[in-house]
Amino acid sequence: MIPVSADPPRTTLAALVTPRLLTSDRPVKAAAYLLSTVLIAVLVAVPLGLLAFPWALLARQVATGTARTGSGLVLLALGAVLVAGLGPLVAWPLAAAERVRLRLVDARPVPPVRRAPFGLSWYRHPLTWRELAYAVLLVTVVPALYSVAALVLVLIVVCALSPWLVPGGEIDLGVTVITTPPQTVPYSVIGFAALVTVPYLLTAVAGVHGAAARALLHPRATEELHAELVEVSRSRARLVSAFEAERHRIERDLHDGAQQKLVGLTLQLGLARLDLPAASPAASAVETAHQQAKQLMTELRELIHGIRPNVLADLGLPAALRELADQSVVPVAVETDLPRRLPEQVEATAYFVVAEALTNVAKHSGATAVRVTARETAGLLTVEVRDDGRGGADPAHGTGLTGLADRVAAADGRMLLSSPPGGPTLIRTELPCA
Amino acid sequence: MRVVLAEDGVLLREGLAGLLDRFGFTVVASVGDAPQLLRAAAEHSPDLVVTDIRMPPTFTDDGLRAAVRLRRDDPGLAVVALSQYVQHGYAAELLDSGGGVGVGYLLKDRVVDVEDFVAALRRVVAGGTVIDPQVVRRLLNRQSSPIARLSQREREVLALVAEGHSNAAIARTLVLSEASIGKHIGNILAKLDLTPTDDTNRRVLAVLTYLRERFPELS
Repeated sequence: MIPVSADPPRTTLAALVTPRLLTSDRPVKAAAYLLSTVLIAVLVAVPLGLLAFPWALLARQVATGTARTGSGLVLLALGAVLVAGLGPLVAWPLAAAERVRLRLVDARPVPPVRRAPFGLSWYRHPLTWRELAYAVLLVTVVPALYSVAALVLVLIVVCALSPWLVPGGEIDLGVTVITTPPQTVPYSVIGFAALVTVPYLLTAVAGVHGAAARALLHPRATEELHAELVEVSRSRARLVSAFEAERHRIERDLHDGAQQKLVGLTLQLGLARLDLPAASPAASAVETAHQQAKQLMTELRELIHGIRPNVLADLGLPAALRELADQSVVPVAVETDLPRRLPEQVEATAYFVVAEALTNVAKHSGATAVRVTARETAGLLTVEVRDDGRGGADPAHGTGLTGLADRVAAADGRMLLSSPPGGPTLIRTELPCA
Repeated sequence: MRVVLAEDGVLLREGLAGLLDRFGFTVVASVGDAPQLLRAAAEHSPDLVVTDIRMPPTFTDDGLRAAVRLRRDDPGLAVVALSQYVQHGYAAELLDSGGGVGVGYLLKDRVVDVEDFVAALRRVVAGGTVIDPQVVRRLLNRQSSPIARLSQREREVLALVAEGHSNAAIARTLVLSEASIGKHIGNILAKLDLTPTDDTNRRVLAVLTYLRERFPELS
């Protein structure tokens, strides 16, 4: 039994071992690939050669014995800087073209590569260096490989045609020299027989080249994922900041509008009640309205507090953290080193993390002391909540901690938890705030 | 009773002015920001200043800072600060000014309980100290404070002292005899290391003890 595959081989290299290679269009495509390679290699060799000129100079000096250590090292370094620094600019368009050309020998799709505009980030990307490696390969190893293939091709053709060529002069095959027509017969037979292998030869060379190109130019799955993740987190960051701006606007509207008016209204109701006879139905109705208005005041205050506490909005994180500490049943020491107001989203995230952490401490830890620290260093806000409780906090149990971590992640930060059984528990949150 | 009123919300300012009027206070000036408050207080020499804490120009604690300044210049001026939320640092500074005589710190929501609010204003004008019950409760909840040494009953008594009530009023509230209130207060003062002197404001000092402890830099 032979495994049956309805799919034709997808790469030229794989097609080599199929019986129908000669009747397929593979050899023709391989030939087209090889010929176009020559053109492209020449086009790339010019700029790369210019960049590598210091190396060429050095090689010349070494060859002629005029090289000196000092200037040699300078040339070596200069060449490296030029090739590594500007090489990617040559390699990138080459790679883009090669990914398209690769379709001649490889049917598998190569995903398009999204790149940031040219900048430092390029040099951190592994793909950049693989593309450069491919460019170097194209002007060094590929010509050598093609030359060997071309030589074999010429040899086969010359052998096959030797009976017609010999009358024009003897043929030097390197290992032997053919001088008379009878001598040419075996070579001619072998040559004609070998002509059949020419398509295989072309296909093999194109296939090897294509495989190397694909290996170097195909973005790795992780890189693709990385690019997508970057895009996803960027769009998430945009959403989050739009969301935060909207929250802030609502909070301001409620705070400056509804809340103030409601206090005024409740006050008026309180005054109105005083002017009514104590036992009258009107007095009792106004009294009820007054109580309801007070209830509404409390609810509105809590609502605003949940969005963005007033103390945080007005006075910033240190004051807000101290207020949280004051509300805690467990004694909390607060230490802050924040010379400036931080972005609203960062402040709010840090605040709610500490609020949730302190709630957890009070509920679960059995701690007798908590220390909250917040400091900003080099564009990173680090907030720590450390308690002396029994530890053993597990993000897998209960959603409090994971909810916190999600909130932190949405602000592009991260949250670390250390809570060995027996304590102490430390929650550290890092939020970028540049 | 001449009052200068500072509140940036127009509705609430008018409501407060109406309230004060209704209870026999004379509002000599009602203004909307801290600089105007300072000017009005200088111009009218009122008996009482009632000011919102969060006001223009910075919308942070301008009113409180103005109040602290007024008290520094004239420790005899009765000042009541209204806050959206508890803010200790300046609250302690304000309450500390002039030995805590004639000063109040209330959450803004209190104004809607009209009679209680007016009673608190009167206590302040009479030289009392009024601290919002919520502020006091928060301070008393702190286990780190020497309040841990106080009994539950003593805490209740101290909370009422902080709100500016007399012994008689506290006795009525807690349904105890005035003598036992006196005993409790004696115990509180002793536990808080407030030794008897001729200073009549030990009651105030007892409350301020917490605030100072919370903000050692003020002592």
